[in-house]
Amino acid sequence: MAHSETSPAVHGLLAEFATPGGLVHATEKARLEGYRHMDAYSPFPIEHLHEALGLRRSKVPLITLVGGILGGIGGYALEYWSQAIAYPLNIGGRPYHSWPHFIPVTFETTVLGAALSCFVGMWALNRLPQPYHPVFGAPVFDRASRDRFFLCIEATDPKFERYATARFLEGLHPVGVTEVAP
Amino acid sequence: MADMPTPYAPPAEIEGPRSRALLVGLVGLAACVAGFIVDRDHFFRSWLVAYLLFLGIALGSMGLLMIQHLSGGAWGVFRRVFEASSRTLPLMALLFLPVVLGMGTLYPWTHPDQVAQDEVLRHRAIYLNTGFFLARAFVYFAGWILIAWTLTRWSRRQDAGDMRVNLPIQYLAGGGLVFYTFAATFAAVDWIMSINPHWYSTLFGFIFVGGHGISALSFTIVVSTLLARWAPMDTVLKPSHFHDLGKLSLAFVMLWAYFNFSQYMLVYAANLVEEIPYFIARTSGGWQYLALFLVVFQFAVPFLLLLSRDLKRMPLRLVWVSAALLLVRDIDLFMLVAPEFDAASGANLHVLTGEHASHVFVHWLDLAAPLAIGGLWVWMFFTQLAQRPLLAFADPYLRNALESPGGH
Repeated sequence: MAHSETSPAVHGLLAEFATPGGLVHATEKARLEGYRHMDAYSPFPIEHLHEALGLRRSKVPLITLVGGILGGIGGYALEYWSQAIAYPLNIGGRPYHSWPHFIPVTFETTVLGAALSCFVGMWALNRLPQPYHPVFGAPVFDRASRDRFFLCIEATDPKFERYATARFLEGLHPVGVTEVAP
Repeated sequence: MADMPTPYAPPAEIEGPRSRALLVGLVGLAACVAGFIVDRDHFFRSWLVAYLLFLGIALGSMGLLMIQHLSGGAWGVFRRVFEASSRTLPLMALLFLPVVLGMGTLYPWTHPDQVAQDEVLRHRAIYLNTGFFLARAFVYFAGWILIAWTLTRWSRRQDAGDMRVNLPIQYLAGGGLVFYTFAATFAAVDWIMSINPHWYSTLFGFIFVGGHGISALSFTIVVSTLLARWAPMDTVLKPSHFHDLGKLSLAFVMLWAYFNFSQYMLVYAANLVEEIPYFIARTSGGWQYLALFLVVFQFAVPFLLLLSRDLKRMPLRLVWVSAALLLVRDIDLFMLVAPEFDAASGANLHVLTGEHASHVFVHWLDLAAPLAIGGLWVWMFFTQLAQRPLLAFADPYLRNALESPGGH
């Protein structure tokens, strides 16, 4: 980060593309060039962008699985405790531990545990809610939720060099390249 | 067009499995004829179980074909496999004849003396009588064959460039799904539930149709893994397509378990004399181990395996889950039918006089009948598959889905 002492600090460089294909292509090129600290912005999900960015497998499925298992165990334990230990009732001569009746509640709490942990896990991993991000300061960025596709190479990248990176991005045929203030 | 090679023509290699299937079918058929002569009652029961398995693949494929016409998406690459499966239905109508011949063995309500002394059967005779049974079967098959035939014919016109069928094919798929589900529900009542003529369950038709989904998807995965080895499908079928079928398999495995458990829990909770014998028969006399086997291998194990994204995207691993599921489907249908029959004589327990408990058994015809029907069915499937291009290349929706990178 030696360059940041000699020039005004930037968050990164934002390249604007007109098509999803252009964004995916540029992202692949940037990754081949050795850039790692970058992010892409698009109005809708683009399937191959995930691989182009080299993102690791999301941890959300694992968190969801654990939440679901805990929810299921909790639901069954609640049923068992209330029906067989705390308040045993003789219903039509059935055993207190009448497991088929416990399954619907176990199923529901499994879904609840999985859904809640999925939601909370996704927010936590994305550090949401995040009311402000430096890219919002770029005047062109409002079109990221409409009809433009952006690639931002961030200044924290070891290979980031303000002028060389800007030249590199210009070579990818973007609509334009903008500096993003921190 | 006449001089140009047909695009996506089926590979010559499918002649191999086609002729081998015919051989297996004929050997199985010879065994079944021997069984028919020496052990007639067991033959009819075994035939019914095997028949229901392959009918389920054909009908389930027709159902998935119609869902695909309605939903669109890249999993339309499997359309020609679904179409070929559903065009085996005329053969299945023919193979239904042994069931008709075996009605006296299979269905107690066909015996007038039984009906006369049983008040419940007297009341049900207005529905459960031979004439109406055959008339209903005729309507099911006529409807199913007409739907399958029309869907294929319109799809062929699409191949020839006629785009006027694009919308009618979707209307037919919508109406056809309604007919298929209703007819299959009635068929489940007629052909399986009425084996025990006192028992009834309103969820039974859903369990039957849900099972068709598992069977049809498993068969499609197995065949498509085979087709992916050869041109032209080796460049068309991608991991994402198998991923789609794997996800649908997971959904149908869960649906099957959900319907079955719902039926079990409702009967268990109500504990009524007219419903509970069905489950007592299947949780005693050794059948309980088979019941546990089905819970583990038609739900728990495939459910956990199919959760894995990697497995669903690797056809060579997914195909083993699917092949195992087809085997388990046969055991599931065996479990629906066999516990109502006597192990030694093969007679329906509800026809025999006196007290009879059901004991677990398996008969050699339970192996021969699936080989006979399965061999003939697979032969007919490949015969049908060989007649059409392997991709519905002219369908504008499918082309669109294949060209856009994010489409499913």
